[in-house]
Amino acid sequence: MSGKRKDDVTGTETTGHVWDGIEELNNPLPRWWLWTFYATVVFSLIYVVLYPAWPVVNRATSGLLGWSTRGDVAAEIEAVDASQASLFASLTEVDLRVLPRNEELYGFAQQAGGAVFRNTCSQCHGSGAAGALGYPNLLDDEWLWGGTLEDIAFTIRHGIRNDEDPDARFSQMPAFGDILERDQIALLTDHVLSLPGGADPAAGEAGQLFLDNCASCHGENAQGDRTIGAPNLTDAIWLYGDTPEQVASSIRRGPSGVMPPWGERLGEAEVRAVAAYVHALGGGEAQVGEAPVAEGAGATGAEPSDPDEVPFAEEAGATE
Amino acid sequence: MTATKSLYAARVPIFPRRVSGRFRNLKWVIMAVTLGIYYLTPWIRWDRGPNLPDQAVLVDLANRRFYFFWIEIWPHEFYFVAGLLVMAGLGLFLFTAALGRVWCGYACPQTVWTDLFLKVERWVQGDRNARLRLHQAPWTARKIRLKLTTWSLWLMIAVATGGAWVFYFADAPTLARDLATLQAPGVAWATIALLTATTFVFGGFMREQVCIYMCPWPRIQGAMMDEGTLTVAYRDWRGEPRGKGLRRRERAEAAEAATRAAGPRIGGRSPVIPMQVRGATAVAQPAAPAPAVPGAAGDCIDCNACVNVCPMGIDIRDGQQMACITCALCIDACDEVMDRIGRPRGLIDYVALSDAPREAAGGAPIAAWRHAMRPRNFVYAGLWSAVGIALVVLLFIRPEIEMTVAPVRNPTFVTLSDGSIRNAYDVRLRNKHGEARDFALATGEAMAGRLALSVEGSTDAAVTVPADTQGRVRVYLTAPPGSAPATADRTEVRLWAQDRESGERAFVDTTFNGRETP
Repeated sequence: MSGKRKDDVTGTETTGHVWDGIEELNNPLPRWWLWTFYATVVFSLIYVVLYPAWPVVNRATSGLLGWSTRGDVAAEIEAVDASQASLFASLTEVDLRVLPRNEELYGFAQQAGGAVFRNTCSQCHGSGAAGALGYPNLLDDEWLWGGTLEDIAFTIRHGIRNDEDPDARFSQMPAFGDILERDQIALLTDHVLSLPGGADPAAGEAGQLFLDNCASCHGENAQGDRTIGAPNLTDAIWLYGDTPEQVASSIRRGPSGVMPPWGERLGEAEVRAVAAYVHALGGGEAQVGEAPVAEGAGATGAEPSDPDEVPFAEEAGATE
Repeated sequence: MTATKSLYAARVPIFPRRVSGRFRNLKWVIMAVTLGIYYLTPWIRWDRGPNLPDQAVLVDLANRRFYFFWIEIWPHEFYFVAGLLVMAGLGLFLFTAALGRVWCGYACPQTVWTDLFLKVERWVQGDRNARLRLHQAPWTARKIRLKLTTWSLWLMIAVATGGAWVFYFADAPTLARDLATLQAPGVAWATIALLTATTFVFGGFMREQVCIYMCPWPRIQGAMMDEGTLTVAYRDWRGEPRGKGLRRRERAEAAEAATRAAGPRIGGRSPVIPMQVRGATAVAQPAAPAPAVPGAAGDCIDCNACVNVCPMGIDIRDGQQMACITCALCIDACDEVMDRIGRPRGLIDYVALSDAPREAAGGAPIAAWRHAMRPRNFVYAGLWSAVGIALVVLLFIRPEIEMTVAPVRNPTFVTLSDGSIRNAYDVRLRNKHGEARDFALATGEAMAGRLALSVEGSTDAAVTVPADTQGRVRVYLTAPPGSAPATADRTEVRLWAQDRESGERAFVDTTFNGRETP
């Protein structure tokens, strides 16, 4: 402390600290600043004792309060679960035929169902629900086992052609490769592929083959049967592909897709939630005796014809 | 250890003397206006309809809305807030370049509240000398009573300050009732407690320490001022050598005699006319003759009035310094003294650094407005106005209906059982009104009749968006089998939405994906 002296230029005392001949003037810090600094030191000591602080080998010291971010998340999840409990309870009990009229519950069911879908359904049906070869597209308007909310919920609850649930939807298409000759299958393939174009299912030699082997399930008019999951052969949707090779292969093998039952694993509320979500993907069918909800309805109501490219003809005139 | 200064120093309390004058009056007016705005604004009502808050200024953090009279800002319009911040920054640049630390001296909350606290302190304990005596006196019952009275009044102001702040973030009457019945949310109490504590401590005890040691603004402003910036300064060329008493009188009499001997004259050393234009007569007819004798006393009588009134505890005669907040109270104090001793006002005044050599050499002072006419200030003012005009224009061209359309691309299209091709779109519609609105959706004329439009969950291609929300619906466009859009890879399509009530409409161009057949 021998280096203290008065600086000639400023008239200020130096602190006595010298670095390479550079001296430091003593412009004192406020005393409260020092106390604030001590206060932060004390704070940090208390913090280290109370909260997770020191890293040890595979975790940090836990602190006396036992607080952790993970615990916070668990508490938040618990709070959300608690707040949704009543909604899930009413979803379990609600009559599915009137669910769409309960705006709050229906909205909740769709949101919750979307989450469940992405978790448990997207592996086969795709994250966009567009399906894949052999896995039905849930966006279109064809339903093998029915497309009302109740039909969809039943399919999800019990699954299809599985051994786990005795109530699973069941049917079996024979492998016609063991029954028919190769040229008969080729004939049938051409015949089936002509059906969407409006060909008569019963016409000609192929028609006879169709009536003998296929019509018992797919119907004499080839429009399928939802009670046994037999697909409509006259529409544009081909679950196993629409090339001649794919159709011939389907006839030979008799493909029968399997879906696990979800009733046990998800619980009734989540089954219904997924049903509500899938039903609103664009292909859902109205319950019998109910006005149709979406899908194509009102499509013609939105066709304007206004010369200036702007629809809403009559209103447009009123505002301008 | 020798008798050297410690590295740390305790705060030396400052007891500013009462002062009156034009700048003091201006500061009272500014205090009344700013505090009035601060305390009263949350209580202004503004009718926006049944489903929106009726508070004129409200920052609704929970619902992510900002209401300012007729303006409502949603989070996606945060650029308005950013623009206002840019304007605030440019405004400070402008004011600092033109008038130095005028913000610090007049409008900074720290200054305004400290001023208010000083007023209370003076009211309870008396003026400077009385407060000094009380400070040095032992702790008697009287001292305790006076101090406690002061602190209680401060605390009440502090609580009111913290209390007013929370009203900006919730419906004021409701929150006031909840606070009165102790049912307000914890965050309201915590905010009030925090702001009460900071107001009480900063305004009552820290005062100038906040400006000198805690605030970054003095350093930044020091860098933004230049030699043309008007700031509070002491005309040392006029005041020095300072002196008082006999010595001074002798010198003054000598100067007086010398002047008389020389006869009336104009020129030579400039008559000290303050920079503010005080009327043409003052310029044409100097109020007092200049000291013509070398070594004559300057105008400063070293009365220390400027030091005694200073809330920062500094001596302005030392020159421009970081601790000076340019509150201009020393100008009022000095003017009062100059009036009393019959010297012209303006010994301490708003002066630019560049004035010093010119005025010292006898040049005429430059009017304040001429100082402001510098290119730098015009650039700042221009930028400030440009941002302001842009914000106003943006505010008025904000569309009433806002629609976004996101084509669903997973999958890009769906084949329906009859072979038609369907595309799905997530359409979002914003309704900023205070009541629910019905929107009709349609395709543009070019696609009319070729693409059928439907809305999930709706039978008539209409959407109802509840008040003050963004509605999201899934819209389907369907092309019949074999039609041009169904077989083309991509088709341009325009989606229209129209508010069924007001007739306002908006459109978004998007594409329709078909199943391309080779």
